[in-house]
Amino acid sequence: MQTTITGKAFVYGANVDTDQIYPGRFLDLTDPEDVARHAMEGADPLFASQCAPGDVVVAATNFGCGSSREHAVVTLKAAGVGAILAESFGRIFFRNAINLGLPAIVCPGVQEAVARGDVVSVDIAAGTVANKTTGATLTAQPLSDYVMNILRNGGIKPMIRKSLGL
Amino acid sequence: MHAIEKILARAAGVPSVGAGEIVNCDVDLAGINDLYLQTVRSFREMGGVRVHAPDKVVMFLDHYAPASTIAQAENQKQFREFCREQGIDLLMDVDQGVCHQVLADKGLVRPGQVVVVTDSHTTTHGAFGAFGTGVGATDLAIILVTGKLWFRVPEIVRIRLEGKPRPGVYAKDVILHVIGRLKADYAVYKAVEFAGPTLRQFGVSERMALCNMTTEMGAKTSYIQPDDVTMAFLASRGCPPADVPTTDPDFRYAAEHVFDVSAIGPQLAAPFSVDNVSDLAAHAGKPVDQAFLGTCTGGRVEDLAVAAAILQGKHIHPGTRMLVVPASKAVFLEAMERGYVQALVAAGATFVTPGCAACLGTHEGLLASGERCISSSNRNFPGRMGHAKAEIFLASPAAVAASALEGRIADPAKYLA
Ligand code: SF4
Repeated sequence: MQTTITGKAFVYGANVDTDQIYPGRFLDLTDPEDVARHAMEGADPLFASQCAPGDVVVAATNFGCGSSREHAVVTLKAAGVGAILAESFGRIFFRNAINLGLPAIVCPGVQEAVARGDVVSVDIAAGTVANKTTGATLTAQPLSDYVMNILRNGGIKPMIRKSLGL
Repeated sequence: MHAIEKILARAAGVPSVGAGEIVNCDVDLAGINDLYLQTVRSFREMGGVRVHAPDKVVMFLDHYAPASTIAQAENQKQFREFCREQGIDLLMDVDQGVCHQVLADKGLVRPGQVVVVTDSHTTTHGAFGAFGTGVGATDLAIILVTGKLWFRVPEIVRIRLEGKPRPGVYAKDVILHVIGRLKADYAVYKAVEFAGPTLRQFGVSERMALCNMTTEMGAKTSYIQPDDVTMAFLASRGCPPADVPTTDPDFRYAAEHVFDVSAIGPQLAAPFSVDNVSDLAAHAGKPVDQAFLGTCTGGRVEDLAVAAAILQGKHIHPGTRMLVVPASKAVFLEAMERGYVQALVAAGATFVTPGCAACLGTHEGLLASGERCISSSNRNFPGRMGHAKAEIFLASPAAVAASALEGRIADPAKYLA
């Protein structure tokens, strides 16, 4: 697993719900490429065209609240997002992100410490976040061993396959 | 231990659990809805061949009931094939209605169960004393492969409801008020229990509305200790009496809040978040393009009954359209028998087949830009029910009916004498 992710930041406020991350009217799409085209469409129509591999989504509290749609994680992953940093996450979104191997990290104060376009570096194992543009550094909440184990396996699917001896 | 902890401990096969612990639980009932073909894909991607316990799996074709696009139809076709191939007999096809209501109607949820559905509003089943929680497609696929799923044991907060609601005030107003006070992220990762004397005045329908909307405070699950009201409902659905776990007297809640419901009037959540709550009066008089009555929050027989009582023998405002979506086939049939459907259609309502309909903005009654809707549903996020510039105001079914009648946001109390 890549434990350090560096990319430019896209910054959002509190309570960005999954309808904004991935609008309900596109839920019948199933191919990640099609799904990627609508990433963040409800909150930021420019996101899908500007996001590059390894970029980082930063938000205030309760990011990904609302519907259980896994599309919300699939779309961010497919758009290239390398990690999501927020003050807190909607719980189903958090589970979905970890299950699909996308690091979702609780980092108090992150939304105020980062502006759109800043280059941010996240060390998941060490639990540190650095804003390369401003020089600010922050401490993230450590992920539980259970969650780290899923991420280390590249997500829960490879982990289950391994446990089944496949 | 709390009853919720006892449920999780039993399901994990351990003597006790405490908040913060991660436990791997047997799942008693796993539900999949038709938004998430990814569940089937993830099942296969994990190497799944046979579903672990097909008799514990329910498939719901409810969000796209019936299919409005070819893509939806293709997805539903694959779900039906999956059920056939895997021996999943509990296929609730497009005639049945919204997952949570169907589970209640059919008596599939029992106290003490672990119920997991690919839908965030699975908190609803706390109304029956079950541990209900929503997950994503891949989590559900893990259950299909292993029969189990991991959970972090939640901290539990208690909300005590006291007093008698005024005429025109319902469980929906109470929960909107609570969310407005405690806010949308108050209960993230936590469980929310409702207690207190007001619950005695609430039937199963209103208790379901309370538990349903704890999702909008971020709750992982919700709980109401089953009582004779619960048990009578379950008995009427053919459920055998269950062993009901109870909370030990020495259990300590992470927090407690008391609300006097006699002090509140009809409530409203204004765009664009569910915790943007005020007295309905603050928005009264704003013109309404669409009045939406339905969903797993506000589409039950009791909800259609109050709307029919308000609209009986009258006609909705010419500038307003009213959509009515019974939450399930059983609700639809009962509403027909009781004459509510006739009353509402005669009053100018448009009926939509039981299911989620426009609630999640995919079909059957979407909003145009700049339009305003008053809705008995549970979410008013931007774009939730159509255009991102449409406004959704959440209110009780009675307020939806009164607003349809007047063509503007209206207090239902004066029609309920
Ligand atoms: S009625 Fe609305 S809230 Fe309920 S399950 Fe359907 S889409 Fe979700």
